[in-house]
Amino acid sequence: MSTTIVLKKGLNIPISGEAELRVSKAIAPGIVAVCPPDFKGILPRLLVKEGDPVLCGSPVIADKKNPDILLTSPVSGTVKELVRGDKRKLLTVLIEADDEQKYVDFGPKDVERMDAEEVRQALLQAGMWPWIVQRPYGIVANPKDTPRDIFVSAFSTAPLAPDYGFCLGEKIKEIQAAVSALAKLTSGKVHVSVCADTPGQAEFAKLQNAEIHSFKGKHPAGNVGVQISNIAPIRKGDIVWTLSLLGLASIGELLLKGKCNFRRKVAVCGPMAIQPSYIDTLPGMPLKQLAPFYGDRPDGIRFISGDVLSGRNAGVDGYLGFFDNQVTLIREGVDKELLGWARPLRYKQYSRDHSYFSWLMPWRKYDMDTNLHGGQRAFLMNDGYYAKVLPMDIYPVYLTKACLAGDIDKMEQFGIYEVLPEDLAVCEFIDPSKNNIQDIIAQGIDLMLKEMA
Amino acid sequence: MNKIFEKGGKLHWLHSTVDAFETFLHVPGTVTLKGAHVRDAIDLKRILIIVIVAAAPAALFGMWNVGYQHSLAIGNTGIDILGNFWYGFLKVLPLYVVSYVVGLGIEFAASQIRGEEVSEGFLVSGFFIPLIVPVDIPLWMLAIAVAFAVIFGKEVFGGTGMNIWNPALLTRAFLFFSYPNQMSGSNCWISLRPGETPVDGFTGATPLALDGAQAQYGTGFWDMFIGTVPGSVGETSVIAILIGAIILIWTGVASWKIMAGTVIGALAVGLIGDLAGISKVPCYMQLIYGGFAFGAVFMATDPVTSAQTECGKWIYGILIGALCLMVRLFNPGYVEGMMLAILFANSFAPLIDHIVVNSHISRKAKRLNAA
Repeated sequence: MSTTIVLKKGLNIPISGEAELRVSKAIAPGIVAVCPPDFKGILPRLLVKEGDPVLCGSPVIADKKNPDILLTSPVSGTVKELVRGDKRKLLTVLIEADDEQKYVDFGPKDVERMDAEEVRQALLQAGMWPWIVQRPYGIVANPKDTPRDIFVSAFSTAPLAPDYGFCLGEKIKEIQAAVSALAKLTSGKVHVSVCADTPGQAEFAKLQNAEIHSFKGKHPAGNVGVQISNIAPIRKGDIVWTLSLLGLASIGELLLKGKCNFRRKVAVCGPMAIQPSYIDTLPGMPLKQLAPFYGDRPDGIRFISGDVLSGRNAGVDGYLGFFDNQVTLIREGVDKELLGWARPLRYKQYSRDHSYFSWLMPWRKYDMDTNLHGGQRAFLMNDGYYAKVLPMDIYPVYLTKACLAGDIDKMEQFGIYEVLPEDLAVCEFIDPSKNNIQDIIAQGIDLMLKEMA
Repeated sequence: MNKIFEKGGKLHWLHSTVDAFETFLHVPGTVTLKGAHVRDAIDLKRILIIVIVAAAPAALFGMWNVGYQHSLAIGNTGIDILGNFWYGFLKVLPLYVVSYVVGLGIEFAASQIRGEEVSEGFLVSGFFIPLIVPVDIPLWMLAIAVAFAVIFGKEVFGGTGMNIWNPALLTRAFLFFSYPNQMSGSNCWISLRPGETPVDGFTGATPLALDGAQAQYGTGFWDMFIGTVPGSVGETSVIAILIGAIILIWTGVASWKIMAGTVIGALAVGLIGDLAGISKVPCYMQLIYGGFAFGAVFMATDPVTSAQTECGKWIYGILIGALCLMVRLFNPGYVEGMMLAILFANSFAPLIDHIVVNSHISRKAKRLNAA
């Protein structure tokens, strides 16, 4: 194993409600949603009508630009409803699950003997391709590309993030098969980053056919973008692919057993979660099914599919995202706080800034809510203030301002290829000017996509 | 907020103003709509109030010193701390009223025109302005200067966060060049009631102007360090300013790199002056003369107008220190160079950052392409 890369910059957000390491419930949802907006870069073309029967693994949606890329159904059942939004944009395909699950049989593969084309076809057919996310831009990868490298982060440092050792430690065989298969698709290597301090990570550090990197640091050290930047930064023209460990487990199961299995352990956490713990469920599960965790009173609670920094506000009527294995429940902070900023201590609020004193009590956890804690202002603090929480070799404020100005040349220079919005989430968290930095970066990336197309 | 202040309401033209007072009293109940769902409890109001807390010792000492200098001037040598403070307080209070009323008035109006919330930036600028002007400045001059600085130094660029020059220093610069008689010499630094005349042999010139010459007060290290000398209201006491510096560095609101750079730059040029025999005082004395300490701690470190990058902060600080001493030592026209040095460095901060950032980018590109 190579030496440990220590990242000194970063911030672990001390929010309460960490999930206990036990599976409290297995949920087999009656209705499952396939949501094309989960997949950035895919223009959905429907392959099913309302009333069509589907099996687990049957294609539901294809990409218009790249018809080989399929989204498949995670359950067997009947297509119940197609939900469209403005301009008839397809938002959700609702599938009513059968009592007994039937799977499309793709046939087990011998991973060692497969060549690159076979791996590619196997992943495309079964709808496993969308697990592969391309950097730059964070879009679903193009099957025609050969990436420079493939990166996988085996841990997450996001607030209340699930423990990957607990969730996926038992699937190490599948993960190994997926790593071996993916290694055939790249001209470089598969890089797997593990966390140096967590004991559950030892399994992942033993993976073959991959280069293992060991990281140590606070959030966002677990973000794959930060890891790439510290292993082999993305230059202009480079294409690299990233996968989550969750995706590797699914891909591995497909290759070894020949069937699609998107089941996963999902951490239900956050200050508003009652007895936060793990559930065993499918992506596209309606969040209403979590009723025991919020006491059936959803008013005033924000349902986030993902973590509190970069997750999606799904609402109680929303669904678990395809890539997510975490649901965070926090309170909507709509109440006014009398003399908030003027109180010397403000004991119940967390701030990293040293003008409060919470940084002297690193052991405390806080019941954070969605209050903005201030009004939006122009950037006033300088770049170094934000760079303290970004362990990458870029200037966050310069990059953000370049995105605001829509200046492509400057965005390129300041490192737009290296980042996704999630990498600057902590900068957004600590921003006293309350700018939506992630949104600004996302708009910059959209502009790049448009200009580079 | 009441409906009549909303868009379409009768009093919509007061929207920014009402909003400013409302959010001053309590943190609003707005929630995050995009991006991170939880946010740090820090906001600009908190950061800026810390700056005011840090400058408070200098302001309080300054008020007392105004009274003390007045007592000295009329030959009153008794110790009357409260009396001196009260005298100074009554002299400085009108400066504060003018500074805030004029500055915030323009700020509120400009925010309303832009349709934004009122930014807190002027709370700090308005607190500094009375501290860096002579106590006897006519109030109408101050009003014009504040209006100039806020309108042309800040609002035309787009408000707080967009300005190039420190608004407080711009106020002082406007006064300095428009009304030089009220801003220099030996009469402006001591406030007298109508009809009072200084005792014989009293001079109100600052130690910097006298350069250690004969004066009724001491010009030794400790007098200047404690601050019992004439000067702008808040700049005289190095002890009070150091307390402020400790608060600013502890909270991380101001950059210690800029402060350290300024001191290094000043000592370097001061040392050259000493060695060349130009300077009449040892170089370390330069750090406690005049507005150097106040400028280095409170004016140079303004995060908006200073350099942004970590390396740039060192260059920026050293530039200020060196320039200030150059003006002091090599320029016969002006005795004090801190204000001009900082404004000059403000102008160059974007260039410094540009060079730092670009050299970083090209170094990185070279490294990546070599790899």
